[in-house]
Amino acid sequence: MTDLLVHVVKILVVFHVVLIVVAYMTLAERKVSAWMQERVGPNRVGFRGLLQPIADGLKFIFKEEMVPGHVDKLIYTLAPVFVMVPAFLGMAVIPFGRELHLPFLDAPVPMVIADLDVGILFVLAISSLSVYGIVLGGWASNSKYSMMGGIRSSAQMISYEVCMGLSLIGLFLLDESLSLMEVVRLQAEGDGWWHIFNQPVPFVIFLIAGFAETNRLPFDMPEAETELVAGYHTEYSSMKFAMFFMGEYAAMVVFSMLITALFLGGYDIPFVDWAAHDSLGWDLLAILSFAVKVAAFLFLFLWIRWTLPRFRFDQLMDLGWKIFLPATLGWILITGAWVTVIEPWWSAS
Amino acid sequence: MGHGHRTLVECELTMGTVTVPRHKMTLAERLYLPAIWAGMRLTFRRMFRPSVTIQYPEQTHDFLANYRGAPGLVRDEDGREKCVACQLCEFICPPKAIQIVPGEIEDADHSRSHVEREPKAFEIDMLRCIYCGYCEEICPEQAIFMTDEYRLTGSEREDFVYDKDRLYELGGTMKGLPKKWEGK
Repeated sequence: MTDLLVHVVKILVVFHVVLIVVAYMTLAERKVSAWMQERVGPNRVGFRGLLQPIADGLKFIFKEEMVPGHVDKLIYTLAPVFVMVPAFLGMAVIPFGRELHLPFLDAPVPMVIADLDVGILFVLAISSLSVYGIVLGGWASNSKYSMMGGIRSSAQMISYEVCMGLSLIGLFLLDESLSLMEVVRLQAEGDGWWHIFNQPVPFVIFLIAGFAETNRLPFDMPEAETELVAGYHTEYSSMKFAMFFMGEYAAMVVFSMLITALFLGGYDIPFVDWAAHDSLGWDLLAILSFAVKVAAFLFLFLWIRWTLPRFRFDQLMDLGWKIFLPATLGWILITGAWVTVIEPWWSAS
Repeated sequence: MGHGHRTLVECELTMGTVTVPRHKMTLAERLYLPAIWAGMRLTFRRMFRPSVTIQYPEQTHDFLANYRGAPGLVRDEDGREKCVACQLCEFICPPKAIQIVPGEIEDADHSRSHVEREPKAFEIDMLRCIYCGYCEEICPEQAIFMTDEYRLTGSEREDFVYDKDRLYELGGTMKGLPKKWEGK
């Protein structure tokens, strides 16, 4: 019974925290862009504009729901859901802390909703589902710009899905596990090497592929304002548009959590011996450390967006297939050689 | 060939083309990463610069002394209206925005009646006004000035036809101007 209760509380807390982060990412986006352009950004709603997301949300809810006459009603309505749900599903397997030693519970609570053995495969599978929402939205809108956006998005996501998955193989060769909890634990308590240090090439490729997967600049081809009006969500309005928007931001948050767990040691703080500390304070510190790393990645998303111009579509494809794919394959070879030949020989001599 | 069509070689010979040598990109340029880093450093530095935003309703721009906003009528320190209804502004006004009804000053103690004329009505249609400032330039009495006010609002066309009271409200009091009619 307590087990079930703990799970429900964990799900509710994580879901709402991510929702709030998503809401405040919209404000952060506007604030950071403003600062980078020497402006002040929204500052009228609440103290320094801190209530802006609430005002935006209310505005979206009260806006008129326009459904153009030429759309495929059923799919048009479902598409935003298909974007948003997978984006949120991904966080189910990402560990966001160590474990929580609560005084009123017998066993410590692991800080992950579901510790799947195939965790990372689950995330990759789920995150590639969101392309359906975008393609279906673009197709059901029955307009040329939406269609173009949808097609570009599918091409882009399929291309980058490949090197995204392949770039992680090196990690698993080293860790011999697909469970995210285990990958994080090995970085924090194993030999203590974060994967960003012993897997630098996959880190860069995974990061860039993540930008492409979340349709963020410089890879926001699917919604390229200057070419496609708004891409796949051109025909959407009101809360349906907001759901696409939230889906994009949620995907950003989940991706930041994922890359933190995979490459930056999750909750790990350098030179802390976690085995020696198992009090509630250290547990909370672990969560805080994870949150700081995620926040840094989220800032990186914004920073890149307001710095780089958009790639051309053929450049994007070139980068994905001609550079990243050979690079990831080469890296797998190197890591494989290290694990099977060099490392045993090294430790033997 | 030879029937008005020219080959590419002929074109080159006749058009005097210049071949611009294309600079070959170095490895660093082809990687894009140094350029990306330079851009990111720039945007990051900008975040700590003071903002240039003017918080509009509370703050406005600093106006130059010769800024031409809406024209307004001014009074002198004694509260006397300076306009003598000579109608020069009405005549010079290119879009004919100004309409003046001149009349005789009839004051009981005869302190001002030697000035003789004053506007009984003075109307400026701000929708017609082109803010050229000719009225200010031509006024022999220094009675009309271009103010700093550029935020004219109204819900109907009639709201933009400013009568004498509103024009004096716009212009206010102008100190230090010569008092032509004092002691005459």
